[in-house]
Amino acid sequence: MAKYETVIGLEVHVELATKTKIFCGCSTAFGGAPNTHTCPVCTGMPGSLPVLNKQVVEYAMAVGIATNCKITQNCKFDRKNYFYPDNPQNYQISQLYLPICRDGRVEIELEDGTKKTIGIHEIHMEEDAGKLIHDEWDDCSLVDFNRSGVPLIEIVSEPDMRSAEEVNAYLDKLRLIIQYLGASDCKLQEGSMRADVNLSVREVGSKEFGTRTEMKNLNSFKAIARAIAGERERQIDLIESGESVIQETRRWDDTKGYSYAMRSKEDAQDYRYFPEPDLVPIIISDEWLDEVKSRQPEFRYEKLERYKKEYEIPEYDAKIITESKHMADIFEDTVAICNKPKKVSNWLMVETMRLMKAHELEAEELSFSPENLAKLIELVDAGTINGNVAKEVFEKIFLDNIDPVDYVDKHGLKMDNDVDGLKVILEKIISDNPQSVEDYNNGKKKAIGFLVGQAMKETKGKANPGVINKMIQEMLDKN
Amino acid sequence: MANIISDETIEYVGILAKLELSDKEKEQAKKDMGSMLDYIDKLNELDTKGVEPMSHVFPVHNVFREDIVTNNDDRDNILKNAPEEKDGSFMVPKTVD
Repeated sequence: MAKYETVIGLEVHVELATKTKIFCGCSTAFGGAPNTHTCPVCTGMPGSLPVLNKQVVEYAMAVGIATNCKITQNCKFDRKNYFYPDNPQNYQISQLYLPICRDGRVEIELEDGTKKTIGIHEIHMEEDAGKLIHDEWDDCSLVDFNRSGVPLIEIVSEPDMRSAEEVNAYLDKLRLIIQYLGASDCKLQEGSMRADVNLSVREVGSKEFGTRTEMKNLNSFKAIARAIAGERERQIDLIESGESVIQETRRWDDTKGYSYAMRSKEDAQDYRYFPEPDLVPIIISDEWLDEVKSRQPEFRYEKLERYKKEYEIPEYDAKIITESKHMADIFEDTVAICNKPKKVSNWLMVETMRLMKAHELEAEELSFSPENLAKLIELVDAGTINGNVAKEVFEKIFLDNIDPVDYVDKHGLKMDNDVDGLKVILEKIISDNPQSVEDYNNGKKKAIGFLVGQAMKETKGKANPGVINKMIQEMLDKN
Repeated sequence: MANIISDETIEYVGILAKLELSDKEKEQAKKDMGSMLDYIDKLNELDTKGVEPMSHVFPVHNVFREDIVTNNDDRDNILKNAPEEKDGSFMVPKTVD
């Protein structure tokens, strides 16, 4: 059997983080009751006129600059015509002839450390469609236009990827860039980032591309990997059995593990694009472009290098923390307050990660304040609470963002540093546990651990175990 | 008329536009479309070398809105435009990919 190579290009739709829709002043807030964020513009009423949201252009420019694209300084919108009930105008306002960004590239890094450049063909701005809900009882569909007119950018890659690993690395790279820009939250599961996979196979060494199919409905990294494997196999089977691959759009069903063709031949994809007459051209001056460039944030790679140098934290830690812009912000803001980068990093790397896993939370969902984490670190360093109590208090900060100083006060969690009081307790423990004392005196130094444990129990965990250990040792050695 | 529209073309354009035309209407549409293309051919005789393609008839550019919410919930009024409504939504014939 011949050896096959998979050739993959991606069309990635990203919902921009604007407050309002692309062509009207309706809110883009997620989760409103159906059609409560609608107006004559986004429901396609005759006579209504779109007016472009300036922030959409600036986000698109920022993403283009960050992905090394050329910005089209003389750009415009076009109409893409098709009939579907989620599209009330019977056309989508998009860009075909003069997309805002072209000819870009990003570098991806694979598991084994190899680097590869993925070309970006273009990035264009467009509007999202409404949502169709299929009614269970009546033979009808219900249309909610809250999402209609939400701004999107579509990032079209070159067919430069060869495996699911490369696809996921590329998506992750885009996600990080866009999240760092604040241009979108890029959640695959919630649909604010959606990827369509264009895939073809060809014999290794062949210069010609095979016929490609486009796969839709991929809403997790795992689904993308499975769909790529499934489609590759389907196309190879077709070729091996002497049939040919048909250029078509297919919908991936992740639970069933196969794809099926979406559009029938009669509905040929002929969108009859033409320049959008309701919108005037966009001229991006050099000054405007420079202004957007000057506002570009520090990106992940630069942050990573700075963390290693400025904060002297290990590369691994810096990588994990900068994996999410939100977590990097928490890190930097906390360090700015307490100036203890290693301790902050430690709280993020150990306890935060553990609790995120236990509560199935993403880094973007962390809701505790840097102030409270900094206060907790100070409480530990001042010897006010011990390590175990600190973990307990951190869980409260993590979940409810409580003020640790108040919490420790209210719940009487302060470490017991009353030496005389401790001495009385320890003397009692020593006299109650002659066996341990004997073991210790006979050279089993570990026996002291049991006594320390007893003392911690007696003080309800509020004592400083290090102090207790030292005190017991002194008391025993004196005997 | 220099441009002749074939039966296949008029059929295809009808499908794209979701229009069902009678035979008489098809003949009329073929004639109309042919003469439109003749008119474009006439324009094509013009030498446009060095002329920037025009994307809009008005000499206006960069008309923007700031990203500020200006519309409130106006669902009741919006739904008056719906042929039929149900559960706060526009009701349409069942449509599945």
